[in-house]
Amino acid sequence: MDGKKGIIFTGAVVGIIAVLLVKFGNPGNMGFCIACFIRDIAGALGLHSAGVVQYVRPEIIGLVLGAFFMSVAGKEFSAKGGSAPFTRFVLGFIVMVGALMFLGCPLRMILRIAGGDLNAIVGLIGFAVGIYIGIIFLNKGFSLKRTYKLPEFEGYLFPGIIVVLFVLLLAVPSILIFSQEGPGAARAPLLMSLVAGLIVGALAQRTRLCTVGGIRDLILFKDWHLISGFIAILATALIGNVLFGQFKLGFTGQPIAHTDGLWNFLGMALAGFGSVLLGGCPLRQLILASEGNIDSVITVMGLTFGAAFAHNFKLASSGNGPTPNGQIAVILGFIVVLAIAYFNIEKSENVELKDGVEIETM
Amino acid sequence: MKLCKVDARGRSCPEPVLMTKKALQNNPEGLEVLVDNLTAKENVTRFAKNSGYQVEVSENGSDYILNIRK
Repeated sequence: MDGKKGIIFTGAVVGIIAVLLVKFGNPGNMGFCIACFIRDIAGALGLHSAGVVQYVRPEIIGLVLGAFFMSVAGKEFSAKGGSAPFTRFVLGFIVMVGALMFLGCPLRMILRIAGGDLNAIVGLIGFAVGIYIGIIFLNKGFSLKRTYKLPEFEGYLFPGIIVVLFVLLLAVPSILIFSQEGPGAARAPLLMSLVAGLIVGALAQRTRLCTVGGIRDLILFKDWHLISGFIAILATALIGNVLFGQFKLGFTGQPIAHTDGLWNFLGMALAGFGSVLLGGCPLRQLILASEGNIDSVITVMGLTFGAAFAHNFKLASSGNGPTPNGQIAVILGFIVVLAIAYFNIEKSENVELKDGVEIETM
Repeated sequence: MKLCKVDARGRSCPEPVLMTKKALQNNPEGLEVLVDNLTAKENVTRFAKNSGYQVEVSENGSDYILNIRK
């Protein structure tokens, strides 16, 4: 199951499950959306009060626990961190601002294309441009420096907190805030969403599925490995949507989407740029957070914080289009990400040689 | 004979591969890469094989030593 077959299989499963989740109640083209679901959870916890996007998405709980158990089973679980944590928090925040400008994380972008939403093609072009800008900095020596081992217990805290969230959802849902209408009220059955998350979390952990990594590795190393998962998601979700009558080609009237091309482009460009610097898309960050990577936990916290801010300060777009506040935030986001990219370039080749490469005589 | 060693431990994706790529440009005959996680091991191995090298993996505690040769 490893290698190319594994990643294509995983992509295909993600595509099929995403289509089924929509069929059974999730919002349109939103079988999975890491940005939207984290935003919904932030709302359910009262971190923002946008009434239409509040729910503890069991998919997220499943993704985390699926990845956690798989990493433990594969002896890959390892607590580590210390690679510019607060920079990662800020990048997570900004990636969320970009994603909510577009209305979806890169995974939902693929699912939107598979549903016939042509706005998402504009988003994809922006996403690729953002990744390309990030690669320029990677090639210049951008690095957030290395991680170090941490106490094992540190790694268990994040999955532990997700278990607590799950217990709250099952035992005392009344203390959480759930949307009565809008996307937050569109939900596949709890058990189905949970199992969907568990399966995808486990597979994504095993195969390192990453939407940003796909395009990045193709440009950087001419490596088709990760992007074959990306293509498999697109292909199976497209076929599934056509079969279930969920496919509708066009720019207008698409579910939870707007038609402002410039801001769809810029939103995803910002998300792509930020994600390359983080080393992976929001899905990948969530998976890494579940296998003990505390830097990714901090990134997920940044995503959550960003989602809450985006709704509290009207940065997030809606079906009506982007907001002026959101447009300002995206531009500021670009400035901050450019500064992070520039100031983290390791000074020169020589310094890097001393740092990372040592020449030894045999 | 000089053996170039790249220490990519703790580096997040895709840095171990980039470090390997750069080091191979200066040492086209091959080198040794040290990584500390399975993802980096797989990624560096895939890159080296795609670039026409052979890779021999040995474990040292929780680290992996990748011996990359023509």
